[in-house]
Amino acid sequence: MQINDYKPLIVAFCCNWCSYAGADLAGNNRLNYPADVKIIRVPCSCRVNPMFILRAFQRGADGVIICGCHPGDCHYTSGNYYTRRRMALLFSMLDYLGIERERTRVEWVSAAEGAKFAATMNDFAEKVASLGENKRLEDLRCKK
Amino acid sequence: MQEIKREILISKASEMLNSGAVDRVLGWKKGEFDYDITPAIFRTADELEKEFVWNDFCGANFSKYLVKETGKSENKILVFLKPCDTYSFNQLLTEHRFDREKVYAVGVSCDGMLDAGRIKAAADGISAVHEDGDKVIVDTLYDGSLTLDRTAVLPDRCVNCKSKKHVAYDELLGSDGDVIDSARFDEVEKIEKMTPDERFAFWQNELSRCIRCNACRDVCPACTCEKCVFDNPNSGVENKAAANSFEEKMFHVIRAFHVAGRCTDCGECSRVCPQHIPLHLLNRKFIKDIDNFYGEYQAGAEVGSCAPIVNYTTEDLEPGEAVERGDGNA
Amino acid sequence: MRKVSLDKLDLLFSAISGAGTLYIPVDTEAGSKYEKWESGKTLSNALNTVRSAKDFFFPQTENLMDFKMEGKSIEVIDTRSECEDFVIFGVRACDVKSFEVLDRVFLADPVDSYYKNRRDHAVIVSMACTKPRETCFCGTFGIDAANPDGDVVCYKTDDMLYMDAKTEKGAKLLEKLASVTEESDDTAVNEQKKVIAERLAKLPLAELSAEAFGSGKTSVFFDAPEWKELSESCLGCGTCTFVCPTCQCYDIKDFNTGHGVKRFRCWDSCMYSEFTKMSAGQPRLTQLERFRQRFMHKLVYYPTNNDGLFSCVGCGRCLEKCPIQMNIVKVMKKLGGSIK
Repeated sequence: MQINDYKPLIVAFCCNWCSYAGADLAGNNRLNYPADVKIIRVPCSCRVNPMFILRAFQRGADGVIICGCHPGDCHYTSGNYYTRRRMALLFSMLDYLGIERERTRVEWVSAAEGAKFAATMNDFAEKVASLGENKRLEDLRCKK
Repeated sequence: MQEIKREILISKASEMLNSGAVDRVLGWKKGEFDYDITPAIFRTADELEKEFVWNDFCGANFSKYLVKETGKSENKILVFLKPCDTYSFNQLLTEHRFDREKVYAVGVSCDGMLDAGRIKAAADGISAVHEDGDKVIVDTLYDGSLTLDRTAVLPDRCVNCKSKKHVAYDELLGSDGDVIDSARFDEVEKIEKMTPDERFAFWQNELSRCIRCNACRDVCPACTCEKCVFDNPNSGVENKAAANSFEEKMFHVIRAFHVAGRCTDCGECSRVCPQHIPLHLLNRKFIKDIDNFYGEYQAGAEVGSCAPIVNYTTEDLEPGEAVERGDGNA
Repeated sequence: MRKVSLDKLDLLFSAISGAGTLYIPVDTEAGSKYEKWESGKTLSNALNTVRSAKDFFFPQTENLMDFKMEGKSIEVIDTRSECEDFVIFGVRACDVKSFEVLDRVFLADPVDSYYKNRRDHAVIVSMACTKPRETCFCGTFGIDAANPDGDVVCYKTDDMLYMDAKTEKGAKLLEKLASVTEESDDTAVNEQKKVIAERLAKLPLAELSAEAFGSGKTSVFFDAPEWKELSESCLGCGTCTFVCPTCQCYDIKDFNTGHGVKRFRCWDSCMYSEFTKMSAGQPRLTQLERFRQRFMHKLVYYPTNNDGLFSCVGCGRCLEKCPIQMNIVKVMKKLGGSIK
């Protein structure tokens, strides 16, 4: 039960082949996850440029999650290995700047894991909600 | 005080100009005062004699100029490189940014370069600066002569010099040195050990001074893109406005990310920042993380080495784990 | 002339704050900068601020107007607001002169209302320079550091601050400070003016002359071969432009906020490779042309269009901050010899 009105805006970059299909499966099985999770479909999780993540925060996101195929199962063979390195360095840098580490996450979700997708989104949204609105990476010009 | 003397550098450069082996020399030119040395191209032995300097204010790294200069002529150009400069040289070669055949690289051993900013801050006006052993004598306009400890006016990159080894040269003037086990990550560790709130306050304070002059980007040997993403209005992330703290974070985090794994830690970015922002602390964080997560890697140590960010192993750590390990409190 | 003891500066600043927001130069770890005065803040002793005072009238970034789209209609929202009165304390002679340079650009017809609004509400309290630096050359452009312009001119000795009103605005301000200042004669100030004049004469750049440059000299310098050598190591970074008190180029762009558009103005630099890029491309394709343009503007084009007034005030910031140590002094010295 929501006691307050605040619902965090989550941007989820989902790779087309695994995690987006996983999201579909969650939908087919009528598994609930928050409506404030905005999914952006990308061909592979390694399509996600660090600038996209910062821009998502700039435009109002409170949390950004990147979902991809399990390492070893990337549709393009090795894309998610690059994602792993890239996001490891980026998240460590954001932490170094004092940005709350629970605002970013990488999760590997396969096409068969509808339940995992929903559970991940619910968990992530809950963690971000407890942090409150994104203030450290906000751009006041973009606030309504 | 540099052990290697100016005359030796001039002699080598003149010899090669006169013989026609090279038609240009990239070196340091005398300025108005003792400390304002400009990178310049010398074309005759006469110019060298009159205006070339080699002293403790020759901090400029010439590697980046080679990208444009080698494209301008079919002839060779001679470039003087200090040990830290040679790493940038190799890194640019790894990225095929210039033709190695068109460069005659002369390594010069270096005893550390002085930080002109710190010296200027010590006095209300300076008429001359010269060194005497481990002291720096500053003749001031109003307060007589000041004696400073050399170590107190060295920039961080020289205090924590990471290598006296020249990793690239056609000829070496002076002696080659070793890679040094320096304390260059100490400052990074200090920040890592702060609480998130303290870290945020620290970086907010530092980055808010940024005036988006782009000096750091333009002097950086790793930033050689013909068209920078921050100059491109079509990229949607141009952020020319410098409107708020978000734009400063975006610029510096992304720029540090773009050079991650390619940054040789030459220190030029911090040297040129007009607002004294310790930018090297961002780049060193990436270097420390890369060393920690993926094995020690020094960009530019070898030509052709594969940058960590475009490499992988199947056993790399997860991003969540990386953040835990990257935190100094782990 | 009024005077106040230096250990009562806090009282003085408090009184000035009564007349409007007060900004004073304050020391920070990155040099001196203008900050809003609050009790406890001390006046910097540095010769000058890192960023010039032009920020007050021509800020680095400024929102000009907003647009809101609803269906097919576009609403234009005027975001201008009346500026509050404010006082800038401790402006040096060079920076005060730069206001004259900027006024001729922004207050010429059509008047820049954003600039004018701020300019009208400001009171300039200038400060003479007791210890000019080796990088100072305001004298080259006819500026006397011992006699700055401004609404009120101040002189600082070892223990006193002297204040002299030069304009009506300045006189009004001094009236408001009558309770915290004392009447004074001008002996000490005249003494100091002499000392400053002697010091200025001894500066390394005291002999630098701008005689060769100025109105109508375009054809003399435009094709000078020296530009090649001067511009060859220029990075095109724009640091000189951003620390310069007289540089005034700006860009106007639209920013999509996601729910509307903000049209903003921000500093631009003629040194940038994308400067004034048009559909036909960028007008100056080489760094040499861009470099030449900036210095010709300061030394020739601006004087030609402005009754001989130079667009450089000799503040020395470009000498301090250029990452590769190129600056207008080196340009002048190199070119000064190539008069046909």
